[in-house]
Amino acid sequence: MTPDQPIIDWAWVGRNLDLLLEKTGEHALITVLSVLIGLAIAIPLTITVRRWRPLVGPVLGFTGALYVIPSLALFAFLIPITGLSLTTTLIAMVGYTLLILIRNTLAGLDGVTPELVDVATGLGYGPGQRLWRIEAPLALPVIMAGIRLATVSTIGLVAVAGIIGQGGLGDVIINLGIHAFFATPIIIGTILAATLALAADAGLLALQRALSPWAGRRAVDG
Amino acid sequence: MIAFLGELGAWFTDPAHWTGNDSIPLRLGEHIGLSVGGLGLAMLVAIPLGLFIGHTGRGTAVVVSASTIGRAIPSVAILGLAFPVTLTLGWGLGVPPTLLALMILAIPPILTNLYVGLREVDPELRDAATGSGMSGRQLLRRVEWPLALPLVLAGMRTAAVTVVATATIGAILSTGGLGRYIIDGIAQQDYPKMVAGAVLVMLLAFAVEGLFAIIQRRAVSPGLQRQAGPGGVLATPEGRAGGG
Amino acid sequence: MISAAAPTASAVSFEHVEKRYGAGPPAVRDLSLTVPAGEICVLVGPSGCGKTTTMRMVNRLVEPTSGRVLIDDQDVAGLPAVELRRRIGYVIQQVGLFPHLTIGQNVAVVPNLLRWAKADVAERVDELLLLVGLDPETYRDRYPAALSGGERQRVGVARALAARPSVLLMDEPFGAVDPIRRERLQNEFLRIQDELGATVIFVTHDVDEAIKMADRIAILDVGGALTQYDTPNAILSAPASPFVEQFVGADRGLKRLSLSRVGDLPLDQPLLARVGEQRAAVRARLPDDGAFVLLTDGQRRPLGWLSREALNADGPLSDTEAVPGSALLQPESTLRDALSALLAADVQSGVVVDAHDAVLGTISVDAISATLRVDPA
Repeated sequence: MTPDQPIIDWAWVGRNLDLLLEKTGEHALITVLSVLIGLAIAIPLTITVRRWRPLVGPVLGFTGALYVIPSLALFAFLIPITGLSLTTTLIAMVGYTLLILIRNTLAGLDGVTPELVDVATGLGYGPGQRLWRIEAPLALPVIMAGIRLATVSTIGLVAVAGIIGQGGLGDVIINLGIHAFFATPIIIGTILAATLALAADAGLLALQRALSPWAGRRAVDG
Repeated sequence: MIAFLGELGAWFTDPAHWTGNDSIPLRLGEHIGLSVGGLGLAMLVAIPLGLFIGHTGRGTAVVVSASTIGRAIPSVAILGLAFPVTLTLGWGLGVPPTLLALMILAIPPILTNLYVGLREVDPELRDAATGSGMSGRQLLRRVEWPLALPLVLAGMRTAAVTVVATATIGAILSTGGLGRYIIDGIAQQDYPKMVAGAVLVMLLAFAVEGLFAIIQRRAVSPGLQRQAGPGGVLATPEGRAGGG
Repeated sequence: MISAAAPTASAVSFEHVEKRYGAGPPAVRDLSLTVPAGEICVLVGPSGCGKTTTMRMVNRLVEPTSGRVLIDDQDVAGLPAVELRRRIGYVIQQVGLFPHLTIGQNVAVVPNLLRWAKADVAERVDELLLLVGLDPETYRDRYPAALSGGERQRVGVARALAARPSVLLMDEPFGAVDPIRRERLQNEFLRIQDELGATVIFVTHDVDEAIKMADRIAILDVGGALTQYDTPNAILSAPASPFVEQFVGADRGLKRLSLSRVGDLPLDQPLLARVGEQRAAVRARLPDDGAFVLLTDGQRRPLGWLSREALNADGPLSDTEAVPGSALLQPESTLRDALSALLAADVQSGVVVDAHDAVLGTISVDAISATLRVDPA
């Protein structure tokens, strides 16, 4: 990293294409897994707290506090238990998705017009049918907005796990770049991570529109 | 587990960790210094810029790109990019790249929230203020700014939490701060040190949240308090996008 | 008396004023009219007639494309906009109270912009809250979110009057409140205006409101053309064009009732009884042909009617036995509003109350219809 070095060493990029591809895939995989596991926890939890309203405060309070813990600190809490492993990264990432996913799912379901719930009940829907056929589809735009936000934010956070060697493109940026005083991996890693985030955001937005065509183009944004 | 808690307790009570050049007060001071510095520099840039763009409605593309970049680029990447920049400029290692990165990370939430806060002021209120004979500056100072304040403070809170978290990661650029304990603890496989560092960082993050909750209650007009958002766990949806 | 009055009211004139936005047809075209000092001029017309645009040219929130707007023969274009606006009161339909300021601070906005001394501002705020019928102790430190629509509108009027403006602009000020409260706010404003004597330019799309409030009505047609400018009486008697005739409506005879007010007619004086009074004492006062007594509380506020039979027993009167059902009217209510209120109520005799809700007298449907027979149609 001296002024006479070229900004990007393309020869290095050429030699390491396979590695970059693999790390990008790993980054995407961790993100997808985290959001899916997050959803598997958040959705049943949200349905539960909607039945027992007094639980809303504690659940949002706990996931909110989790969200505020800096990522490196959360890794440090997990390392004595799960070691410098992919599991450590995954647990932390899932933890960070919970607040956004629960809050948006809750807001989405609570935002369904009461008259519609009333009409559905009047038409003879049971509570379960009403949830899946009326409330869930109507809440979908807000829930999808939460998934987008959780996904983009996870892509950023995964990179921090490069510090423990389990961070996808974070490994490239930190271990091949910063620790080696070598700018090329930093720049290439950044470009790949940002592209991944923007692509995920755009893809999920397209999915959201395809799934809820009635919601119009100015769908809820978080 | 019990044994580990004992080791952790021993680490905290070891007098050696309370004096010298790797002491808790020193590291905490460094961490707060870095965070306040990064946040302060960001405010110096974001507040005048946001006031101008929000009040005049000109240059909105700047806000949109800042918020997109702020969401898409990982905080680690910003730290990584700041590193060659300060090195090339001859500012050296450690504090300069970390401060630069913290400033860059803190600008988007402050700028975006200030802009949105000003833009969302009811046009009827602007009309009433102008019709009552307020000048452009009086409108900004007496009406637009106080009405935007809840969102502005929420943006600063988001920025502050991001800055405290990223200052921890700054330890990989050989900066001081509480992140040193975690990074060195990982490297030396000294788990009590690592977890102790994590506890300190977490407490600092909670303290920052609490501080902003108090500021929010004190600074925002009681007439607006009910709009300030439930519970105040997280005031903006952006939260910590970009990571940290 | 409260010194709400402006030092002197100012005349407002429009001279060949035109306003165009871009290349389209003008929003206001060749408008010339003069509002004499101290009068209420109501600008009325369908939407798109440029009435709000016209009003906003007085305080330069809109600048005319050509022509001049004069206040006391001074072209407003030559005055600094900010200082001009501080001399002109401004009330809008959505009220526009600043939610982060208390009621007192809202009323104090213009005096503070003018850098009045603190004590003067505080005194003025209380004075104005009293004037619009809000107790300063109760309301001064509340925030707008805690107020009802009618209360907010009153604060809006108080804020506009704070710096004793010589001209007051009101853009559909009572448009957002329900009809019953609107009637009351209109009456209160007329009462205030009697003391103020400011020059008022009042915008509405409601012809009945125009007839009630106006000294002069300016009727504007789509595209900002002035079709008639005259007193309400003249407009009702002699509409200048088919447009005005249609706009004013077919029931012009009934609308003439809006030209007179309850206070213009002699009121009947019912026999009053107070809560706590002995029935025997009231019975003694009741004339042989009297069938009903109006029960009031300690402040002469009406509670309802008592029949002769209810007085036959002994003991003191309680507040639960009165039968409500009369419409409450103010001296400022128009005969038209009074008539419709009386016809809607259970009892066809309305109780007229003053600003403190104390009984002034009663008025019957017959008394109002009698005026219709006498009035030249």
